Amino acid sequence: MERDDLIVNDSYAPMANHSEEAGKAIRKKIWKVTAILSILTAVEIAMGIFLSDRSADLWPVVKWSFIIMTVVKAAYIVLIFMHLGDEKRSFRFYIIIPYLIFIGYMIFLYLIEGFNVFTY
Amino acid sequence: MAGHVEKVDAATAWGGGRSPFNVTYGKMMMWFFLVSDALTFGGFLISLGFAKASADSWPIAEKVFFHFPFTHAELPLIYVALMTFILIVSSVTMVLAVEAGHRMDKAGVQKWLGWTIVGGAIFLGSQAWEWYTFINGNEHGMATLTWNPYLPENPGEIRYTNFFFFVTGFHGFHVFTGVIINAVVWLQVKKGIMHERGHYEMVEKVGLYWHFVDLVWVFVFTFFYLV
Repeated sequence: MERDDLIVNDSYAPMANHSEEAGKAIRKKIWKVTAILSILTAVEIAMGIFLSDRSADLWPVVKWSFIIMTVVKAAYIVLIFMHLGDEKRSFRFYIIIPYLIFIGYMIFLYLIEGFNVFTY
Repeated sequence: MAGHVEKVDAATAWGGGRSPFNVTYGKMMMWFFLVSDALTFGGFLISLGFAKASADSWPIAEKVFFHFPFTHAELPLIYVALMTFILIVSSVTMVLAVEAGHRMDKAGVQKWLGWTIVGGAIFLGSQAWEWYTFINGNEHGMATLTWNPYLPENPGEIRYTNFFFFVTGFHGFHVFTGVIINAVVWLQVKKGIMHERGHYEMVEKVGLYWHFVDLVWVFVFTFFYLV
C-alpha cells in the first residue's frame, strides 16, 4: 500500500493558486453542483407538500427518500464546496471516518432506545 | 504483511518541515473544530429522533409552518424552502469567493463574499420572522417552552417546542457568528491584507465554516420540516 502521507511535498494549500483557465473549469463545476442541490431541494419540497400523508403506504418510501437526498446533498457540500474531495485521501478519511463511526453508533443506540423506552 | 511499504528513513519522516496531510495548521484546526461541532449538532438531531421515536404523537410540520409574509394564504413549507434556497445560494457565492481568491482576484473575492454576507443576513431575518410566527402559535395558545399549541390533544408534549427553539436557535447563532466573521474578513480583504500576504487562505477557512452552517441546515430542514 502506498503511504501517501509520507511523500515529501512542499506545495502547501495557500500557495496552490490557479490560473484563469483552471478557474473556469472550477466555476463550471460549482454551477453544476448548484443545479443539483437546487433540484434536490425542489424535489424534497414538492414531496413534503404533496406526499406528506404519514399514514399512507407510501410514507416509508417518502421518508427514506428524504434521508437519502439529504445525505447526497451533504456529500456534495462537503466534497465539492468544502473541497474535502480535493484533499489528500489520508486527510479525507481522517476527518470522515471517525465522525461516521461515532454518529452511526449514536443513531443506532438512540433509535433503539427511543422506540422502546416508554413501552415497558 | 502483503504489499510493500516505501522505505523512509527516520530523519526524513520525523525531521519536520513538511505537512503530512498537505494542509496548513489553520485549515486543519478548522476541520477539527467542524468535526466537533458536527458531533454536537449530530447529538441534537439524534436526540430529536429519540424524542420523536418515543413520543405518542408529534405535530406535522405542514400544519405548523404554512405562513408566508404579507399574505394569509396557506402555503405549507414554501417559506422555509425559500430560506433553504437562500442559504444554499450564499454557500455557492462563498465557494465562488474562495475560487476568486485562488486567482488573487481581490475585486471578485469582495463581490462574492459581500453577496454571502447579504444572503446570511436575509436568512437571519427570515429566521426571526419564523420564530415570531412560531411563538405566536394558533387558537390553542402561544408556543412556549412549557406549552405546545401545535398538538391540541397532547399540548404537554413540549419536547417539540423545546427542540425547535434549541436546534434552530443554536443553528441561527452559528449563522449570526458566521455573518460577523465573514464581515471581518471582507473588511480585511478590502484593506488589501490578504493580497499583501500573497494568498486568500483566510477566505477559505471562513468559507469552510460557512459551508458547515449550510450543511447543518440541510439536516435541520430534513429532520424538522420534512420527516
